[in-house]
Amino acid sequence: MNIVVVVRQVPDLIEPLEIASSGDALDLDAASFIINESDDHALEQALLLKEAGGGGVTVVALDFGDVDNSLYAAAAKGADRIVKIAFDGDVPPPARESAALYAEAIKPLGADLVLVGVQAHDELDGGLSPFLAAALGMPYVGVIRGVKAGDAPGSVVACKEFPGAVMARMNVKLPALLGILGADQPPRYVPVSRIRGAMKTAQFEESAVAAAVAEPLLKVGGLSPPAPAARAEMLAGSEEEIAGRIVEILAEKGLVK
Amino acid sequence: MAPPNGDKGTALLEKLSRIDSGKPPFGCMQCGLCAATCPLGPAMEYPPRKLILQTIAGNLDKVLTSPSLWMCVACYACSKRCPRGIELTEELWPALRDAAMQEGHQPPAELQETFQNVFKYGNVLGKSPRQRLQWAKDLDVRVLDLSKDPKPVDVLWLVGCYPSYYPRNQGVARSFARIMTELGVSWGILGTKEKAVGECDRMFGEEGLFETLVEQNRQLFDEQDFGKIVVLDPHAFRALQSFYPRFGAWYPVQHYTQFLEEYIEQLKPLMVKPVEAVVTYHDNCCVGRRCECYDPPRELLKLIPGVKLVEMSRNRDDSLCCGGGGGGMWLDAHIVANGGRRLSDERVQQAADTGADTLAVSCPYELSRFEDAAKVTGLEGKLKVRDIIELMAESMDLGERSIA
Repeated sequence: MNIVVVVRQVPDLIEPLEIASSGDALDLDAASFIINESDDHALEQALLLKEAGGGGVTVVALDFGDVDNSLYAAAAKGADRIVKIAFDGDVPPPARESAALYAEAIKPLGADLVLVGVQAHDELDGGLSPFLAAALGMPYVGVIRGVKAGDAPGSVVACKEFPGAVMARMNVKLPALLGILGADQPPRYVPVSRIRGAMKTAQFEESAVAAAVAEPLLKVGGLSPPAPAARAEMLAGSEEEIAGRIVEILAEKGLVK
Repeated sequence: MAPPNGDKGTALLEKLSRIDSGKPPFGCMQCGLCAATCPLGPAMEYPPRKLILQTIAGNLDKVLTSPSLWMCVACYACSKRCPRGIELTEELWPALRDAAMQEGHQPPAELQETFQNVFKYGNVLGKSPRQRLQWAKDLDVRVLDLSKDPKPVDVLWLVGCYPSYYPRNQGVARSFARIMTELGVSWGILGTKEKAVGECDRMFGEEGLFETLVEQNRQLFDEQDFGKIVVLDPHAFRALQSFYPRFGAWYPVQHYTQFLEEYIEQLKPLMVKPVEAVVTYHDNCCVGRRCECYDPPRELLKLIPGVKLVEMSRNRDDSLCCGGGGGGMWLDAHIVANGGRRLSDERVQQAADTGADTLAVSCPYELSRFEDAAKVTGLEGKLKVRDIIELMAESMDLGERSIA
């Protein structure tokens, strides 16, 4: 099975987010970037499928943020090919426009299965995965929590999560694109020595796709920190004072005696 | 023991035998002293003796997949007592863990997170590197950040991850800054550039991560002009003293107890305030049992007027580990889930048995480990846990908090 995985970079929330002086975007100059969590699960799922049934895993990524670190880690984990899409913008385009870029890079790869994280915390206009499925002309199932090879050749069984913890097992005929929420197991840990080895040996294929990036349909009007709501009480003071006030509130609500 | 037979287990031991540290594991005579002295040995499927036996017997895979591979907390008791001088703690355990990870076996999840935190952020707590100087905010003494203002200093102080970020330890860092300033020491820090030294990563077999940290730290250190490195963390001391030189990175280093002992005469008149306490001291494993440095912490405690120093029945080279060494700090859940016990719970009871009201420590891990242990063993309010620095700063009237 020829599996393609999309790996995106998102701002690392370890750093406090700041609004740029323009007022309509985050200030990403000081931000660091990490692999999008559900894309990491998509990669893990791809590696598990490969280990169980053979085939190959190709990772496709936009050349943005600290993407090389994520790609070396992907190579160390077992990805066979890495395709990096040239990009020199300050901010990745929104999902709909990104989908056009990824689709152009993925089309020549002849994928049987494309796995994409079903969400990313910097998405503004919905998830990338359905847009990408549409751009590739592939059937799509999202919110997947585990994939196995299907009984029939050219198919997989995808486990889809519905609200209320209801799970469905779906036979999916390939080629298809799945939006991955979680892999069958947590993303594997790979020793740093392997990543260091990949830094010396991994080859990235450059994809200079020429997809026309459309003018975004969605434009941000402005960003602002959350304002205290009418019923919110913002606690201030020392740790002891705040802890004391929390205890008072819990007592007022009758939750503690 | 059987001679090498060429399989991957014996190949691993042969590789260890070429390291100039301790005697070759093939010299093991299976006396079992290591397993008997290991505080977690009874819970281990493969305590040290069996590690060697099974590895030589061609059963390396069993060893590498056993949960007990991740239960050693690097207390050095087995290495200390091995009659053949085999370096189990610093060589055999890390090598087997490295082999396990290289073969794709996953370390416990808590440890994976710690490794990733160190790799991504340079600290074990997964905090922003930019917040590393938070401990020094509004500090009443000058903190020279050498990464911004490089100047020759006598002491390059590596503050450490816990004293930099963890609220309970930040006061210790602040007190140490005041003590060094009071002593007139010329000192500086690396500010937000400082990174973990990496001892726990190496002891848990993440040799690649450790090498990365050595390279990064070496570059940082070599940019500065200093006389010696001083650390609060005994694990950092051991790594800089013994593991860094293997990569050609040699720096004079002292644990803070060794450093302050050199100022004993100068410190004496500065101890102006009595600290009325019956104190027992816990020897940490790296500076204590491994490096046999038992006297400096006690000499510092004896300086403090009002302190009555008593000893636990298990002290010095027989001290019971807190359970947090070499990565054990993040493995309580794994150890307990596999039949082990929290050594810190036992240790606070030993401290209380002396009649002491204060357990003095000199390792950043131990404050929270022993305070948590006091809470779960019913000793909260009866046994205070304080770093030697906190006791000294209180006596020097430099402390910022008194612990009720």
